[in-house]
Amino acid sequence: MPFRRRHRRQAQAVSLHRRRTLADREDVLGVAMLAPALAYVILLVGVPFVLAIILSFSTASAGSLTFGWAGFANYAAILADPIFLRSLGNTAIVTIGSQVLVVVLATAAAQVFRAAFHGKRTARFVLLLPWAVPVSLAAIAWTWIFDSTFSVINWTLKVSGLLHGWLYWLGEPGLALFAIIVVQAWRIFPFATIIVLAGLASLPQDVMEAAIVDGAGFWRRLFHVELPLLLPVVAVAVLFGVVYTATDLGVVYILTGGGPANTTQVLPTLAFQRGIQGSDLGQGAAIAVFLLPFLIVVAIAMLRLARHTEVGAR
Amino acid sequence: MKRVGLYTAALGFMAFAGFPFYWMLITAFKQNRDLYVGAFDTKHVPWIFNDPPTLEHVRLLFEQTQFLRWVGNTLIVVVAVIIITVAVAVPAGYSLARLTGRWGERLGMGIFFTYLIPPTLLFIPFSRVISFLGLQDSLGALILIYPTITIPFCTWLVMGFLRSVPWDIEEQAMIDGYSRLAVIVRVVPRLIVPGILTVVVFTFTLVMQEFVYALTFISSVDHMTVSLGVPIALVRGDVYHWGSLMAAALFVSIPLAIVYNLFMDRFIQGFTMGAVKG
Repeated sequence: MPFRRRHRRQAQAVSLHRRRTLADREDVLGVAMLAPALAYVILLVGVPFVLAIILSFSTASAGSLTFGWAGFANYAAILADPIFLRSLGNTAIVTIGSQVLVVVLATAAAQVFRAAFHGKRTARFVLLLPWAVPVSLAAIAWTWIFDSTFSVINWTLKVSGLLHGWLYWLGEPGLALFAIIVVQAWRIFPFATIIVLAGLASLPQDVMEAAIVDGAGFWRRLFHVELPLLLPVVAVAVLFGVVYTATDLGVVYILTGGGPANTTQVLPTLAFQRGIQGSDLGQGAAIAVFLLPFLIVVAIAMLRLARHTEVGAR
Repeated sequence: MKRVGLYTAALGFMAFAGFPFYWMLITAFKQNRDLYVGAFDTKHVPWIFNDPPTLEHVRLLFEQTQFLRWVGNTLIVVVAVIIITVAVAVPAGYSLARLTGRWGERLGMGIFFTYLIPPTLLFIPFSRVISFLGLQDSLGALILIYPTITIPFCTWLVMGFLRSVPWDIEEQAMIDGYSRLAVIVRVVPRLIVPGILTVVVFTFTLVMQEFVYALTFISSVDHMTVSLGVPIALVRGDVYHWGSLMAAALFVSIPLAIVYNLFMDRFIQGFTMGAVKG
């Protein structure tokens, strides 16, 4: 740092030989270059964010541009609505269920993919496919895989003797939720794996060597040395996973459309159904606002994590 | 013995991750009489081609659906959003990394956090903003709104990228008598080409993948993007043309997968910055 600052001063001293103009003032340039991004973020993220909260207290509908104050009427309406309560519960179930699966799959996959083996590049390519494909296209592929008549899963289970009846994957609430959890985990675990791999690569080598010298075996090293050290990295993966899952509309919308009979609705699909398709913007906004607690928890956790690891790294 | 376990596990993960893509592939090229055999018929093996493969579904996709039109729409949006994102996020990232000093880091963190505000929270107020601007059912709505996702993340990416670019060259240019602005305009762009490339790629993949805003703003089939049109509009009435649908999904997935593979490490740096420090 001091080295850098000294040179900077020298550079400024040299430019002093010319006339110092506006083009040399870092503060002015800094603000000017930042202004468009700030304007975009404030006008098109900040303002709509506030508008979302205002709308949730309003009688707004899609047809007209004016709206009146509704107080807590929208909130009272949805809190008394069993479909909403179910969708709130489903959001939690899907998020937690899929993230548990993601953590298990990702830490296991990272152990495999840190080793050297033949065909690793191909394996990595295949592993990353779920994250690269657009959510909506992956969801439509899974819809076909879970088809009530043609499901290849049913065929395979039947032939292997594990299934005697029939599974209507997207037609029964419990199975449909399970299918949604599997698809969400499938979609996010490659991303989590890569993050955990990045974490593994940055582990202090001396600690691992010390553990080996002390005679710790693979499992002991994994559970007592690596995983605790990896915790901040796994947490980052989970936090992004929570945001991606809790706020995702595409998977549920395409896989089940919230059905059968609204039993697999999650907050985003219900907000879409009421707010956009049903034109009740106020109620849709109120439903979407219930995503905030998930996001606030994630944001706080991330900030703490960032501070924590920064201290640890120095 | 250990190697066997390793390969088995690697194959297991590949099977889980790749299975839907194998299924897209086999569905896209199967003849209908091979495709639509109920799963209760245990004698007919669905995992393989029982009849010779066919290009019938691919032909249907290109000749009788709007698929190519959606590809065109997507490319228009991609190009426009890339231009906006590069023009806005690259200078902002530079400013935060080099010009704004101590509070730049904090502000950068703040901008990154807006990336966490999800489309599903904003689509309702946006539907109002879009109708206020008269942009309903037009690609303009997507071009205006998509940068709200790309700008925060890309500003953060550029900021992080600049940390790894040594300060010397810019300094030398200033010693040589360039003004600060001249350094930024003439010297810096060449230094951050890889960073800009990452921004372009991220924006491309994001626009290809986005579904929520497209679903909210676009109502006519003519104006759809691929990620919206394929799952929503390829279904005719109640009839799913699974062959064509899976062919479309496959054709969109392959280029994205290749791009992702090439740029994965850069994206990950963006996500783990802070949590993983060298």
